Amino acid sequence: MEFLKVGLWQYVVVSGVLFSLGLVCVATRKNAIAVLMGVELILNSANINFIAFSHYVSGAVGGQVFTVFVIILAAAEAAIALAIVLAIFNRFRTIEGDVATTLKE
Amino acid sequence: MNQLLEGLTLSDLTFYLVAALTIVSAAGVVFSKSIVYSAFALLGTFGGVAGLYLFLAADTIAIVQIMIYVGGILVLLLFAVMMTHKIESVDVTSRSMDLHKALPPAVVLIALIGVIAKKTEWKLLKAPDDNPITAKLGDAFLGDYLLPFEVASLVLVVALVGAVVMARREVKGDFSRKAEKESE
Repeated sequence: MEFLKVGLWQYVVVSGVLFSLGLVCVATRKNAIAVLMGVELILNSANINFIAFSHYVSGAVGGQVFTVFVIILAAAEAAIALAIVLAIFNRFRTIEGDVATTLKE
Repeated sequence: MNQLLEGLTLSDLTFYLVAALTIVSAAGVVFSKSIVYSAFALLGTFGGVAGLYLFLAADTIAIVQIMIYVGGILVLLLFAVMMTHKIESVDVTSRSMDLHKALPPAVVLIALIGVIAKKTEWKLLKAPDDNPITAKLGDAFLGDYLLPFEVASLVLVVALVGAVVMARREVKGDFSRKAEKESE
């Protein structure tokens, strides 16, 4: 079964599935924390691509370096975003994205 | 069945197992009704992605993934869930809107990426290097990537201080009143 032998394209497919699921999560969820989880899925799919291509195509260390930077920025983003979520909760007593619409007016 | 599995090594089968775990738990994150279940499904996704990193000879990144995503971000997410909902209440739900409209484009996107990934003639290496790469990674961080590395640490400090400033309660008034009382 040459088709099922693990190579680059299986990783790209896994990362594509993760990306699409993350996109669906970001687009459809009302809960702000669930939207954040979708963003984490998308970032993880990008990381899989970075490492897969650096392993199978370039053979250099650059892909892994970039993955570390992405993880660092993801940690910073999660901390800030959750602080914003808490602030919104203190103001509106909810974190549903369609209730906190003060900026819209 | 035997014919299907012929020529597959154990590591290939393990890869499919880990990939299935990753995708199934990612689907759990997206489609689960309860936000707490979503958070715990995210645990499976992060673990599965760490397993994929191990297959790609990225051992350091796999450990970093476990430590930062599972030990840091996931715990932070769970804290936020617990602090913004009353745990006893049934309100720990997370509704989706227009899921039926979002799914078809997502399926098309997955199919498109799959076809592109399979059909493209990637310029693959003859023999991917399966040796651990940690030493080279350390050299890269203290050599070519030193400046971005330091900037990243600065970004982290600024982001964390900013998060604390945003999330704390405003207690300035109480403190000044207390100080006035003490000075009297």
